[in-house]
Amino acid sequence: MNHSASSISHDGAPLAHVVPVGVLLGVFAALFVLTAVTVAVSYFDFGAFNLVVALGVATVKAALVALWFMHLRYDGGLHAFLFLTAAAFLGLFLIIAMFDSVEYQPDVQAWQQRAR
Amino acid sequence: MEINFFTRSPCACYQPGYRMTDSISSTANSYLTDPPGLRSWLFTLDHKRIGLMFLVAIGAALALGATFALLIRTELTFPGPTIVNSGYAYNRLFTLHGAIMIFLFILPSMPSSFGNFVLPMMLGAKDVAFPKLNLFSLYLYVIGVVFFLLVLVFGGVDTGWTFYPPYSTGAAGPVVLAVVGAFILGFSSIFTGINFLVTMHTMRPPGMTWFRMPLFLWALYGTAIIQVLATPVLAITLLLLGVERLLGFGIFDSELGGDPVLFQHFFWFYSHPAVYIMILPAMGIVTEVIAVFSRKHIFGYKFIAFSSIAIATLGFLVWGHHMFVSGQSPIVGMIFSALTFTVAIPSAIKVFNWLATMYKGSIGLAPPMCFALIFIFLFGIGGLTGLFLGALATNVHVHDTAFIVAHFHYTMAGGALMAFLAGLYYWWPKITGRMYSIAWGQISALLIFIGFNLTYFPQFIIGSRGMPRRYFDYTRLLEAHPEFTFYQIISTVGGFMFVGGLALVAFVLIRSLFAGRPAPANPWGAATLEWQCSSPPPHENTPPPAEVGNCYVFDDLRYDENIKGYVNRES
Amino acid sequence: MTGPNTTNATRGRDGDNDPQLAHHFDTPRRQYDSARLGMWIFLVTEILFFGGLFCAYGVFRANNPAIFFDGHLFLDKPLGAFNTVVLILSSLTMALAVRAAQTGRRRSLVACLVATIVCALIFMGVKGVEYKQKWDHRMVPGQDKIFHWFSGEKGPEPRKQFRPDESYVRARLAAEGFENLDQEEYDRRAARLGTFMGVYFSLTALHALHVLAGIAAIFWIFIGSIRGRFGRQYFTPVDLVGLYWHLVDMIWIYLFPLLYLIH
Repeated sequence: MNHSASSISHDGAPLAHVVPVGVLLGVFAALFVLTAVTVAVSYFDFGAFNLVVALGVATVKAALVALWFMHLRYDGGLHAFLFLTAAAFLGLFLIIAMFDSVEYQPDVQAWQQRAR
Repeated sequence: MEINFFTRSPCACYQPGYRMTDSISSTANSYLTDPPGLRSWLFTLDHKRIGLMFLVAIGAALALGATFALLIRTELTFPGPTIVNSGYAYNRLFTLHGAIMIFLFILPSMPSSFGNFVLPMMLGAKDVAFPKLNLFSLYLYVIGVVFFLLVLVFGGVDTGWTFYPPYSTGAAGPVVLAVVGAFILGFSSIFTGINFLVTMHTMRPPGMTWFRMPLFLWALYGTAIIQVLATPVLAITLLLLGVERLLGFGIFDSELGGDPVLFQHFFWFYSHPAVYIMILPAMGIVTEVIAVFSRKHIFGYKFIAFSSIAIATLGFLVWGHHMFVSGQSPIVGMIFSALTFTVAIPSAIKVFNWLATMYKGSIGLAPPMCFALIFIFLFGIGGLTGLFLGALATNVHVHDTAFIVAHFHYTMAGGALMAFLAGLYYWWPKITGRMYSIAWGQISALLIFIGFNLTYFPQFIIGSRGMPRRYFDYTRLLEAHPEFTFYQIISTVGGFMFVGGLALVAFVLIRSLFAGRPAPANPWGAATLEWQCSSPPPHENTPPPAEVGNCYVFDDLRYDENIKGYVNRES
Repeated sequence: MTGPNTTNATRGRDGDNDPQLAHHFDTPRRQYDSARLGMWIFLVTEILFFGGLFCAYGVFRANNPAIFFDGHLFLDKPLGAFNTVVLILSSLTMALAVRAAQTGRRRSLVACLVATIVCALIFMGVKGVEYKQKWDHRMVPGQDKIFHWFSGEKGPEPRKQFRPDESYVRARLAAEGFENLDQEEYDRRAARLGTFMGVYFSLTALHALHVLAGIAAIFWIFIGSIRGRFGRQYFTPVDLVGLYWHLVDMIWIYLFPLLYLIH
């Protein structure tokens, strides 16, 4: 058995890719910068785009965490597929529930008027 | 097409001169006795033992749920109060019947019992991927059952199994206990799903490719997808409901600024895919049984395999069809209605494939096959009535009537329960090492079939004429519809016949434990791997053969009269 | 390992040297892959679990944005930002810990795990400070009921209605330019605030529970790492706990702008 610096299993093949320290520190730096950006941006008003910008930055940060910290970048496609599937089903749920709630608001408001 | 009424396997399996000691030798060194001792059962990591323990608990849950069913049926036989005096008491009966049947019985019935028992053996694996998680899943199930028993002790809840706010956020009674119980049961389901998905992905032996797997495993795969994606949403729904009851968070209760329709979106996002958790393994069992008892390769393997995945996926797109009259917006109602029609297609594909499998096959009417055929008939009716309900206009007319009750009983009880019984009769020799009386098994199937239809078909009729569901006193409806009492009486007679049939099943199977002849390894002549080992199986799973053959080719098996079972042709 | 001559006797035998290889797995690789796949599927369930709460957030925000505008005035943006950085730092130290386990550096592993736990505890501490602020101003939904339970008072339970500290709320709103509110307007705003606090506490308390569970899990592998259980051949638990911890971080990455950074 040859014990090299990387992680190995009995048959010698590496069990998993080892992410270099430099990459990890770089991702952290990027996350820190993006956090600062999102806080700074929150002091300005872009109207309807506020939410888009905030969620956009959050998604970039989440992607950084997923790709490098959770090593999706180096794993096979199955893990990424699972992650994206979960996000897709969640998105489906959110979009339809939110759309429906917006559509039935007139009924709710009519009820609230009558209640007053 | 020849039909064999299974008289070849003698119904008199209680051979003259049979002695109890004969049984001991057949179970020696099986998973039942090896390793010995109560502790080894309570802390077992053996999927077969876990599956068996689930089966026993699930059977008890069925008995409890059926008791409530008979109470409901008795109450409804005559208009006006019969055995309960108030709506409040009746509400508690149907709430407990629904919650117990759904959460304690049907949802775990096939994945956790048969799935656990059979999946590793069918796959050729030594166990599931995470045996400790499997045991934890069993513990969670038992804890969940205890919570529901506590609910019973504290007088039950009357919110309906659907727990709709604003009633449920303020109702008296142990709602939080019930909700916590369902939450825990949900996690039992989730962990089973995780286990099955990983086992099928990573523990297939060489040669067992995806398309050589038996179709029951494809069904379990689809089921596991739903368990993993949908059940967490139930968990958060129940958590929020509990928190709202205790602390007044105001998410769902309009008095506190919340949105009750939002609860229904949350609830049905899980509960609709949940019905596919109930029916997919059922369809898997039916697929296996139909192939074996037609002695013919399953027709359209890939279609059936992919239809399981299609049902799992499409099932997530239709939850709003439970909410057409809830205050949901019309445009969303139309979208859900259109999508609901698509989800019937994969189910229909399966039915056509089963029928094509049977065509020109050599049909053997052993009890598993009887129930599989009953499934096709009853689920067909249930599924078709589902299409009526998917249409917005009809749905508004029959929503919250007995028509809906009949629809979901035809699919859940006429579908999933029948397949559960088919699986029970099919795998019983493998699990216990005993053969049961074939003739009495067939009689139980007939009794259940007649009883079931007598119970629920009248409910389609009275439901379409306006008989509401969840009403205990329908006196006022008799003026317009005097025939309701007649149909309710028929329904009650059917109900007792149906439950009598279930009791007969229990009797037949339990009797076999004491007086049934030892089962051969392969009594039915199936070609899936779990029949290669002895009945009951040994503690260590038999390794798979080097060449994984086609599990639906029956030519390599021949019937051996000496052991009254099938053996491989070469031997 | 598997093949025509494989029997129970020979299967998994090569794993006999490896005490960490479970009997039902053929190779360490298969065990590791199974474990990671299992954890990823569990993370999928966590995403759907939290997702429901995000859906509630979305529905309320889409229909009544004023809830969140008013609500976020009562959150402390700098504390939230600080917590975000702390959690991201803990994610880094966790990733470094996994790396240390993979490369067999035991001391580094222990140090990184300790750092992660410290960061997590700081996060919980800040959360505690924020929650205490809310508690002091009676802004926790159901607070009156909780008082009632623990005080042992007899009598009917207080109504569930949200009744925060009025002077504090008025002062805070006045600071943003909403002065001299009449009673009806104040009641409307207080009701909206109640809904906001419900969403806020649901999201952050559930997240905090997951952080606590994460701390327990990290502590468990910390003990294991001190005992030398992990190394180049076997670091699966570290990897799995790391995956969980990164998800917890990811959820906060979304929570922070949605709750704290609103215009």
